[in-house]
Amino acid sequence: MTESGDRFLVGNQREQVSRFRARVLLFVPLAAILFQVYVPRFFDFLGYLELPLLVTIYFALMRRSQIGGLFIGAFIGLAQDSLSIKQPLGMFGIVKTLVGYFAASVGLRIDVEHSVIRLLLTFFFYFFHQFLYWVLVRGLLGKPVSFEIQRTLVLGLLNAVVGVTLFHFLDRLREPA
Amino acid sequence: METLLNRYRNITVLLLVIFAQLVLIAVQVRNDQDVRMVRIWSVTAITPLARVLETVRGGTAGFFGSYILMHDAREDNRRLQAEVDHLKMENQYLKSEISTADRAKALVAFQARTQSKTLAARVIAAGAGANSKVVFLDRGSGSGVERGMPVVTPDGIVGKVIAAYPTASEVMLITDPEFAAGVVSQKNHVGGTLKGQGQTNCKVDYVPSEEKVEVGEWFYTSGDDRVFPKGFPVGVARVVRPNSPYQEVLVEPSGLEHGLEAVLIVLEGVHQAIPEAPAANAPVYLGAPPPAGGGEATIPPTGPAGTDADRLLHKYRQIGAAQNVKFGEGGVGAKVADFNAKVPASEGVQAEGASGRAGERGSGAAAASEKKTAQPVGDASKTGKPANGIAPSPAAGVPASEGVQAEGARGRAGERASRGGAAPDKKMSQPAGDARKTGKPANGIAPSPAHPLPRSAPPSTSPPQ
Repeated sequence: MTESGDRFLVGNQREQVSRFRARVLLFVPLAAILFQVYVPRFFDFLGYLELPLLVTIYFALMRRSQIGGLFIGAFIGLAQDSLSIKQPLGMFGIVKTLVGYFAASVGLRIDVEHSVIRLLLTFFFYFFHQFLYWVLVRGLLGKPVSFEIQRTLVLGLLNAVVGVTLFHFLDRLREPA
Repeated sequence: METLLNRYRNITVLLLVIFAQLVLIAVQVRNDQDVRMVRIWSVTAITPLARVLETVRGGTAGFFGSYILMHDAREDNRRLQAEVDHLKMENQYLKSEISTADRAKALVAFQARTQSKTLAARVIAAGAGANSKVVFLDRGSGSGVERGMPVVTPDGIVGKVIAAYPTASEVMLITDPEFAAGVVSQKNHVGGTLKGQGQTNCKVDYVPSEEKVEVGEWFYTSGDDRVFPKGFPVGVARVVRPNSPYQEVLVEPSGLEHGLEAVLIVLEGVHQAIPEAPAANAPVYLGAPPPAGGGEATIPPTGPAGTDADRLLHKYRQIGAAQNVKFGEGGVGAKVADFNAKVPASEGVQAEGASGRAGERGSGAAAASEKKTAQPVGDASKTGKPANGIAPSPAAGVPASEGVQAEGARGRAGERASRGGAAPDKKMSQPAGDARKTGKPANGIAPSPAHPLPRSAPPSTSPPQ
């Protein structure tokens, strides 16, 4: 692998760690959750956007800390669960915890500043998120829900596109190194 | 340790967080039976472990328990085995005692029944020698025993005294080769001489080949030898081979069949009759012939049969007869009988009575009727025969007298026989009650020759037929 390739995939961790203000880490997820639970009431098609997941992926990727990523995921997931009346606390929490952990793990190894990488990772983690959620619903709650792969793939692509755009705006909230 | 934690810190934290959320879910979620998942998970997680622990504990405890029990069981087994052995011996002894008591009882009964004067004695020893056919009894000359006296049991003869000592006597068994006694067969009265052979069976010598001796036939003492009184059972012929000039007859001694413990010494023998063998053509009871003259309607009808319709028909016929009305004759407008009129007194009483107890009045009616009437109406109601007084036809195959006896077999024969009128035959005069006492069946048929009952057969030596 060439030197430029190494930089593209691994990079210098110290240089690539992004820092955010605390209020950013607090309000952005809350805004995403609020969007998730409020906006679809007026615009149904926006219900397909999984903004809390996109925010989780972004912060986990950019912080490049597994513990930080899993806690961000757990926090966002539990908050999302708490606003979902029909499901017990912890379902989204577990899923997003794992997403945050693995996203951070990936962010440690590859350069996540690239849009294509972000697109692929977002697409992958959306699919992983949906699949893991389906597994948990069936396994823990015993509900006979079905997993529609094609629909999930399409929505994953949609969320990935939205996510890349969202990540671009969130990059501006990073503190300068 | 610290290095290890640092190395796996991230994954540890991840697992802790996941676990915490799982617990959170488990606390909230309930299953269909309203049981929290945390409880289900806990039970599911704990019970297999508990099962394993219990299995291990039970197995260990069972192993040690079994070991201890086995240790005790071995001792118990030894003790119980000894107890079983002891009980077996005791059981055997008691069986022997019971057998002895039974024999003693039979001996006493036989002693009381036989006309000969006998003295009970016990076998106290057997003669020395492997093939000795001599035994010693506990009664000797001091008790009046003399040399030459026969020794018997209720089952048959045993031997004879060959020496009398003051307190004991020596008896030669009939199986001894030197023993001889005169015998005669029960059925054909074929005489011969019984000789011991030193074996189980004895031989009957001097039975001419032209005489008929059957296997299974009993032999009795003939009294010719002046030792054994006549009429004591000897044994059963087991083998009969034709030979010239004498047949070869082997007899199984009945007196030695059940061993020798207690015997009777015949002090003064009295000859007695040899029991008759049951003849093949033993008389068979025959019922009375059917009454002469066809036997039908020998008894005038005394009343209607038992049903209401019959009684009503009978009543209307009487009314019609009293009013000179013939039913079924004349056209429309012909004279009709007044069925409300009273039945003529003489017939009415009879009819009324007939509707009641035909049986009770029937005896009186039967008494008034001919003496030939073999069947009283009174019995009719009880014997199941029609109460209208019509005697059964001979074709029915039930003679009246037989019916009487059959009744008697039910315990009322004597009285009914006397009420039932004359018995047509002397054989029939025997009340069926007697028939019951004599063991004859109620149908009056004598016992079949195939199942004879010897009148004076030995109590426990009924010959196998």
